[in-house]
Amino acid sequence: MSRQAPAVLDAGQRHPVRFTLNGRKAGGEAEPRMLLHDFLRHVLGATGTHVGCEHGICGACTVQIDGAPARACLTLAVQADGAEIRTVEGLASAPDRLSALQEAFRAHHGLQCGFCTPGILMSLDALLRERPDCGEAEIRETLSGHLCRCTGYTPIVKAALAAAEALRVPHHA
Amino acid sequence: MKPARFAYQRAATTEHVLEALHRSGGEARVIAGGQSLVPMLNMRLARPALLVDIMHVAALSHVDDDGARLTIGAGVRQRDLEMRHDTAARQPLLAMALPWLGHVQTRSRGTVCGSIAHADPSAELPLVLTALRGEVHLRSRRRARRLPAEAFFTGMMVTARAEDELIEAVSVPAVRPGTGYAFREISRRHGDFAIAAFAAVADEKELRLAIGGVAETPKARVLPTDQGLDDALDTFAWNLEARDDLHASARYRRELVRRIGREVVLAAIRDREARALKEAT
Ligand SMILES: Cc1cc2nc3c(=O)[nH]c(=O)nc-3n(C[C@@H](O)[C@H](O)[C@H](O)COP(=O)(O)OP(=O)(O)OC[C@H]3O[C@@H](n4cnc5c(N)ncnc54)[C@H](O)[C@@H]3O)c2cc1C
Ligand code: FES
Ligand code: FES
Repeated sequence: MSRQAPAVLDAGQRHPVRFTLNGRKAGGEAEPRMLLHDFLRHVLGATGTHVGCEHGICGACTVQIDGAPARACLTLAVQADGAEIRTVEGLASAPDRLSALQEAFRAHHGLQCGFCTPGILMSLDALLRERPDCGEAEIRETLSGHLCRCTGYTPIVKAALAAAEALRVPHHA
Repeated sequence: MKPARFAYQRAATTEHVLEALHRSGGEARVIAGGQSLVPMLNMRLARPALLVDIMHVAALSHVDDDGARLTIGAGVRQRDLEMRHDTAARQPLLAMALPWLGHVQTRSRGTVCGSIAHADPSAELPLVLTALRGEVHLRSRRRARRLPAEAFFTGMMVTARAEDELIEAVSVPAVRPGTGYAFREISRRHGDFAIAAFAAVADEKELRLAIGGVAETPKARVLPTDQGLDDALDTFAWNLEARDDLHASARYRRELVRRIGREVVLAAIRDREARALKEAT
């Protein structure tokens, strides 16, 4: 064998997990079976990421892993070791501010109870970054990975279109 | 829902993966994108003793194109293949099917080979592999072998893969001049698993239609291009032995095979003509 086999992280033991969370170093300990959303919420205290179905369907737990939207409930914390994680806490530039996308959600009633919102924001944030000129079809396609029980989606689409527009037009205070 | 306990190993080389699978006597499982495995762990439908993470093995993360075949390594994520600039040019059927596979949020993690390993009867990639006469490249410490798609998929979520075998890659023929392709999926919402999915390949020699979501594995037939087409589709529809389930009745599925099947083979023929025209100019 070319290299020595990498260590087996024993079941039932906690192991160090380190990654970048919203641009800052973060770390803690996790059993191999711990899901990323539980690690974020319970170990790191970052409760912005919500949890619904825990099997990949609802989208509430969506975070960005190395820049791409992904289900935290389908990711083990140990798999995320060394990755770059972004969560809803990282969207705004300061605690008392909103990002352009968040501001558009507020202005267009893109949320009611807010349970689905952090996940939807992380998916749309990635979409708007990758495709600044995206239209309604792409926004709806991205939203197909999320369930919202309150809004009926139309206000969410409106908010996303408004955010795309705001991000394209040079900013003025 | 939380998984039961398991150990975890992040493999750095293919040998590490094969060694772990070899030593565990069936207790170890590969984890790739985790998009099918982790739901099963969370629901405790799967209780492996060890998960071997293959996503940090550099040798598995390539798409190789030797001109005749595209070979997609076990570490290639669905979204990466979808976003590659030349996927549509090199194998149009892959590019047509990938946007139907779940959602961007699952394609960003899920792998091409993981979908083949999982072998869901409604899954798009097993269907495409079957339609294209693709191959599954298996490797264990004992041997390396390649199986044609139709020999690999043996039942509903059952494959010819032995417990100590890794799917190292899958390969499909690259686009060939004079060949047309078409894909279509019927599902309740975009991103849902297919009620029925169709992939057709038309070249100067034959017209081949593969159907997923109806039988226990994707099935392919060579169909006539003349008046015999409707009869052949009807026979195909009955041969698939569709069953009633929550999503659709067997009768509805047979009707989809006859009607949508017809549309998809005609679309493949039109695609062939369009490509021939483009090649000529
Ligand atoms: C909400 C949602 C919607 C989805 N919709 C669809 C859909 O419409 N169509 C569809 O086809 N799929 C769908 N999927 C499943 C798809 O996302 C998975 O990516 C795919 O089925 C498995 O690939 P993976 O890399 O995630 O594999 P994993 O989940 O890591 O593994 C799946 C199985 O394959 C084995 N395995 C993986 N890689 C290998 C390998 N190289 N060698 C040997 N064994 C291996 C694992 O041990 C495990 O048993 C959906 C999933 C979710 C959560
Ligand atoms: S909690 Fe992860 S998708 Fe529902
Ligand atoms: S705002 Fe309540 S679930 Fe979306």
